[in-house]
Amino acid sequence: MGYQLKMRVWRGDESGGDLGDYTVEVSEGEVVLDALHRVQATQAGDLAIRWNCKAGKCGSCSAEINGRPRLLCMSRLSDFEEDETITVTPLRTFPVIRDLVTDVSFNYEKARELPSFAPPPRDADNKRRMAQVDVERGQEFRKCIECFLCQNVCHVVRDHEENKPAFSGPRFFLRYAELDMHPLDTHDRRELAQGAAGLGMCNITKCCTEVCPEGIKITDNAIIPMKERVVDRKYDPLVWLGNKIGLRTKDNDGRTEV
Amino acid sequence: MTNPVNDRHPMTGNEMSGDAAGGMERHRYDVVVVGAGGAGLRAAIAAHDAGARTAIVCKSLLGKAHTVMAEGGIAAAMGNRWPEDNWEVHFRDTMRGGKMLNNWRMAQLHAQEAPERVMELEDWGALFDRTDDGLISQRDFGGHKYARLAHVGDRTGLEMIRTLQQRAVSLGIDVFMECTVTDVMLDQGDGGKVSGAFGYWRETGRFVLFETPSVILATGGIGKSFKVTSNSWEYTGDGHALAMRAGASLINMEFVQFHPTGMVWPPSVKGLLVTESVRGDGGVLKNAEGQRFMFDYIPEYFKSETADTVEEADAWYDDKKSNRRPPELLPRDEVARAINSEIKAGRGTPHGGIYLDIASRRSPEFIRKRLPSMYHQFKELADVDITAEPMEIGPTCHYVMGGVEVDADTQQSAVTGLYAVGECSGGMHGSNRLGGNSLGDLLVFGKRAGEAATAYTASLGEDRPKVDEADVKAAERSALAPFEVSDSLAQGGENPYTIQSDLQQSMNDLVGIIRTAPELERSLSEIEAFKVRAASMKVEGHRQYNPGWHLALDLRNMLVVSEAIAKAALAREESRGGHTRDDFPGPSEEWATKNLVVDLNADGTGIDLHEKPLPEMPDELKKYFEPAAAEPPAESKEGK
Repeated sequence: MGYQLKMRVWRGDESGGDLGDYTVEVSEGEVVLDALHRVQATQAGDLAIRWNCKAGKCGSCSAEINGRPRLLCMSRLSDFEEDETITVTPLRTFPVIRDLVTDVSFNYEKARELPSFAPPPRDADNKRRMAQVDVERGQEFRKCIECFLCQNVCHVVRDHEENKPAFSGPRFFLRYAELDMHPLDTHDRRELAQGAAGLGMCNITKCCTEVCPEGIKITDNAIIPMKERVVDRKYDPLVWLGNKIGLRTKDNDGRTEV
Repeated sequence: MTNPVNDRHPMTGNEMSGDAAGGMERHRYDVVVVGAGGAGLRAAIAAHDAGARTAIVCKSLLGKAHTVMAEGGIAAAMGNRWPEDNWEVHFRDTMRGGKMLNNWRMAQLHAQEAPERVMELEDWGALFDRTDDGLISQRDFGGHKYARLAHVGDRTGLEMIRTLQQRAVSLGIDVFMECTVTDVMLDQGDGGKVSGAFGYWRETGRFVLFETPSVILATGGIGKSFKVTSNSWEYTGDGHALAMRAGASLINMEFVQFHPTGMVWPPSVKGLLVTESVRGDGGVLKNAEGQRFMFDYIPEYFKSETADTVEEADAWYDDKKSNRRPPELLPRDEVARAINSEIKAGRGTPHGGIYLDIASRRSPEFIRKRLPSMYHQFKELADVDITAEPMEIGPTCHYVMGGVEVDADTQQSAVTGLYAVGECSGGMHGSNRLGGNSLGDLLVFGKRAGEAATAYTASLGEDRPKVDEADVKAAERSALAPFEVSDSLAQGGENPYTIQSDLQQSMNDLVGIIRTAPELERSLSEIEAFKVRAASMKVEGHRQYNPGWHLALDLRNMLVVSEAIAKAALAREESRGGHTRDDFPGPSEEWATKNLVVDLNADGTGIDLHEKPLPEMPDELKKYFEPAAAEPPAESKEGK
């Protein structure tokens, strides 16, 4: 059942590095993270790997396996041939700290730029009411485990460092869409999504959707509807005319622009 | 790294020796929270709201803490599904679930305040599942009389941590991510009050000192000391150990919760949690012979409220008033013991578990809707479709009821300025925690600790306890010790991974779900041997993001906490809640009224143990436990 797995693992830091060759005993039902842990415990005690839950729920162990962005803990060895060499490299979009660990602070900076949820007061009995069907749209996006694989694979920033200041990436388009679809939010975030977050730079190639380990339909259910909402406001000639001649539109649903 | 003295790492500029001078970051805060799970985040938000300059320090990235793994929900008597539910019923359930060993005041505060804490999450953007009237939906769980758990599918913990994380970020609270605290600093000239916290950045290895009069420990549990566990690498008992080293006590350490349902196959995921919601939503336990065995394991204590026929148990899901609860929803300790007995009796599955079956009882659509992450987890990791076949499961180390002994209202420990919340505090859950009571615990006591710590810091004015520079040097030296094992010693200098793995096996075998005196004695002597090995362990490489070094430091905490568990388990000669002694199979009257308290001994090398009477419950609360209040099923039949 067990066999000797050949692995190539990137070792190095910001000054550079190289792939290291390892051969490690693995057994049935194991995932790539198990193999790396065994390398760490027996051959390279200082091999840097970021991980936590080992159950696909925390999104810590993102890396690239044979060039494909994956969670190390959800990549089963049985998906590879036994004689295949598995190559593991760090996420390419973010600067390397050491070995497989990258500096993902870009994402935490983008999170800070986002105005938070702003609800109206509670109902008279101190409760809030929302329909299940309405919360379900946002719930899909809140499944996000912040593994940042979508950010990593997005070509707007993957090979274009210069786009990073003006582009918050799929993870945060998801968040804009979630708040925009929240039945109780009182903010209108369309201007911000288009302007500061750079929603317009996305040209819906769906790479983010493809790598999402939670199967969130990022492009179809979040980005495209959000783009449509922006367009409705910004480029619809009737809305434009209505605004121009001072007719009140119902376009903002009583929400306040932030 | 042959001569680490005065050596600086070329990239990080870190000093590689504790003897070198300078090179350390310093920060000054009003309140420092260690840990960024639900309790830590809620405490930080409360401290910030109360006006404190607050920092959160956490070992992982923000939003990755173990709270994300919580699946079922937050127990809170909101009465959205059952208007009959209220804090008194929740209080009673909690105390009975903990076999009356809980700190009554904590159980009371928790039951009273949990509903408002849940509503706050909704104010901050949490999207809970809804009832038909649009209120927050509440689901059934073991040991809770009414459907009471506010939930989001089976990923409630993720929703909670994301909500709190987004709130903390929007408030602008400072977060020190991937930063480990190794020492709580005390001002010995000022009565041993807290003066700061010392730690290192995992990324660079650089040391950091927080000067603060208030430290809130929110570091979670100790599960990583066991081989089969649902806990992540972070769960090394840091807060437990930090508190003991600072002079605080731990209580209830013998009570470790083995969750009845962890995955057993494949070995790579053995121990991974399978949520109790599977049973709350209709799943049943069967042995290899296909028998629904839980009916054989209903204890006297819960007989009057548990169904004794399949018909009644199945009818309960739709009609709670005229039926009693299925035995699968007994508290976790009872179910885990029953599963253990079935496996031991040879009625286990091929992979050494028993079956958890929801496929034959609910439609695939229902299962996918209610249990999406369980569906995903089994499909991806075990190739099992839970809508078509049963899951194989077995007990897994999940939670420690024991923790830092704190004041119920403020969560302050015996050390002035040192607070503990969530899993690393003790008392709230007694000898056994009910599912859903952890998330509520984090919120209720996180808020209380944040407010109390802020008030304490404010009361000091400018007259704050001072950090002693000699202690800082000592903390540096201690943290760097694993690098200093010389090459000649290196042959004996052992790899920390090996010691950790031996400790996990030993704790699993000797201090597991069923315990005996000889095994516990053996475990204590094995722990002594691990301590000797750990004293000369060696790590390779340098201080930048070095997991070997990190583990070496965490391992010290794991060892002291393991010793506390084993010692307390040996002393308590009875079986109660999360502590089962094969040689003392029943609960004893004598032990029903006392806690075991553990402290670090005078020279800091081991554990001292003493007994302490439980705090006495006031009469107005005692009435809920008198026989008349036991609410036999006949009473509910009358449509109360």
